Amino acid sequence: MSKEWPLWEVFIRGQHGLSHRHVGSLHAPDAAMAVHHARDVYTRRNEGVSIWVVEAKHITASAPGEKGPLFEPSNSKVYRHPTFYDIPEEVGHM
Amino acid sequence: MSDALFEYALRMGDNCLILGHRVSEWCGHSPVLEEDIALANTALDLIGQTQLWLGLAGEIEGKGRSADDLAFLRDARAFRNLLLVERPNVDFAHTLVREVLFDVWHFHTLGALKGSSDARVAAIAEKALKEVSYHLQRSADLTVRLGDGTQESHDKMQAALNALWPYVGEMFLQDEVDAELADSGVGPALGVVKPLWDGDMRRLLDQATLKWPDISHVQKGGKDGVHTEALGYVLADMQFLQRAYPGAKW
Amino acid sequence: MYAQLVKTDADRVKSIDEMDPQERTFQQRIDDNQKIEPKDWMPEGYRKTLVRQIGQHAHSEIVGQLPEGNWITRAPTLERKAILLAKVQDEAGHGLYLYCAAETLGISRDKMMDQLHAGKSKYSSIFNYPTLTWADIGAVGWLVDGAAIMNQVQLQRCSYGPYSRAMVRICKEESFHQRQGYDIMMKLCQGTPEQKEMAQDALNRWWWPSLMMFGPPDADSVHSAQSMAWKIKQATNDDLRQRFVDQTVPQAEYLGLKVPDPDVKWNEEKGGYDYGEVDWDEFYEVLKGNGPCNAERMHDRVKAWEDGAWVREGLVAHADKMAARAAATPVAAE
Repeated sequence: MSKEWPLWEVFIRGQHGLSHRHVGSLHAPDAAMAVHHARDVYTRRNEGVSIWVVEAKHITASAPGEKGPLFEPSNSKVYRHPTFYDIPEEVGHM
Repeated sequence: MSDALFEYALRMGDNCLILGHRVSEWCGHSPVLEEDIALANTALDLIGQTQLWLGLAGEIEGKGRSADDLAFLRDARAFRNLLLVERPNVDFAHTLVREVLFDVWHFHTLGALKGSSDARVAAIAEKALKEVSYHLQRSADLTVRLGDGTQESHDKMQAALNALWPYVGEMFLQDEVDAELADSGVGPALGVVKPLWDGDMRRLLDQATLKWPDISHVQKGGKDGVHTEALGYVLADMQFLQRAYPGAKW
Repeated sequence: MYAQLVKTDADRVKSIDEMDPQERTFQQRIDDNQKIEPKDWMPEGYRKTLVRQIGQHAHSEIVGQLPEGNWITRAPTLERKAILLAKVQDEAGHGLYLYCAAETLGISRDKMMDQLHAGKSKYSSIFNYPTLTWADIGAVGWLVDGAAIMNQVQLQRCSYGPYSRAMVRICKEESFHQRQGYDIMMKLCQGTPEQKEMAQDALNRWWWPSLMMFGPPDADSVHSAQSMAWKIKQATNDDLRQRFVDQTVPQAEYLGLKVPDPDVKWNEEKGGYDYGEVDWDEFYEVLKGNGPCNAERMHDRVKAWEDGAWVREGLVAHADKMAARAAATPVAAE
């Protein structure tokens, strides 16, 4: 069997200036073709103005078992959110 | 002038229509999913361009014929596309070589038409040029990759190039329609596209490690409606419903 | 459905007390509607079931390109041609998304292709029926895509994250597919008597195969129970089929067409339509490979794959050459 094309993860930045967002994956023999494929596969409905591709094997992910220590500590930092503070209505929008 | 422009719009529209038809034949049969989707994008662009050019032709003719009427109710002798675009898909190499030979021509032709003295022509060219720039990027890139890929891919590409080369010359033959439109600034100046095509193609074939074919005979006739046998089958397929159910709405 | 008769390897669904601690935690996460992600621990049966189901689903999308692709070159107007091509192209895209979702479970796309081509992996029975007239393109969009959407909407909530996300994207894109099919049917039904006859004939031929898409009754099936416990599946085949009939019968009436089942009758008590018995013998025959088009469909897929081998290999060879030739040039992110 011949060598399989590697898997690429595709990130697209939409029309409205938001960050690139992961939209899916595809196969391509190299980065340049992955960009072409991403254009053809993931922007058929006018979804994007910029494309990033990265070979899937180069992505380092956090370990699922670490979910508690990684993400739960921020639960208690409620003071980081604007709703934590009571500002009198008379002060106006803040 | 309006006769010449009618004729010219048909030529541009028929090129898009017939090539779009050929490319769409790949849908579901391509070498890999990503390519299947990419080919369909190209075909969709070409169908869209067909609607614009044939729409313009109908408007200029002024007999109430729509783009659909022109696409589905003319016989082969009334079609004005280049012979190149009606050549069968054969294999991926033939399809790709046909595409790149045409794309380079299409790209430079539309580039010239963008400056047309006719606003309608200029507008169509401007929209189409964006699409065709991408077609060309893709077909040129794939040509280099497969030309300079494996021995097998190289050989298939060279064979396709040799087989299609006789249909290249027709793109650059110019008749009184071209001359009249060049004069009035509606069409490209005579002789302007060929040197651009030659230069691009030399560089491309070089990069793709493919040989410029040593073939000088030219197959021609498409622009006058004298086609290869292949076109009749394309039309039999394409026009079947409109012919079998005359006047029906779909 | 696009994945019919998916086996789970279970001979019965384990109760929570019978599970080992790992399995129990897993099941509790599912019960809490948490998504399972590729790197999470999962029971082998869950993984295998998903590989089978997503694989079948993906294969159905790409085999499904063929019966409709059939009519792209014969579409009656330029606009219909563009719409149909865009639609069939979407099916290729959906196959692509689904293969990628399955790949997160540790199987490669090429391997799944090999399984399809070797006949070891199934695809939906529906695509083994022929598209004989233009009205079939309308009927396929209306009925087949309609049935597919019914199934896919609930799959958006599937417990496996990558599958669920693929379904969200697919459902969004598919929203025009059923409409374009119905739109074709409307035009035909408002057209000449010949066109209307063509539409009725297409409904006659596609109605029963569409009902078969949901698969045989599975309320008592252990595989179905297991899939539902894992939230890979959220409704039984008969529930989905009933919803489809309830939705479709009035749509046929609006077109002035008759559903080819004398037993279709509104049942006030259950608030749905009664309908006749599906011919499950035919279904099993088609699944076994004896449908009208099984051989052609498989032939076309295998041929496309084999004819394309030199292209895929050529492109890899070039990429390897370039990588070897050039020192890596970093690409600046925009």
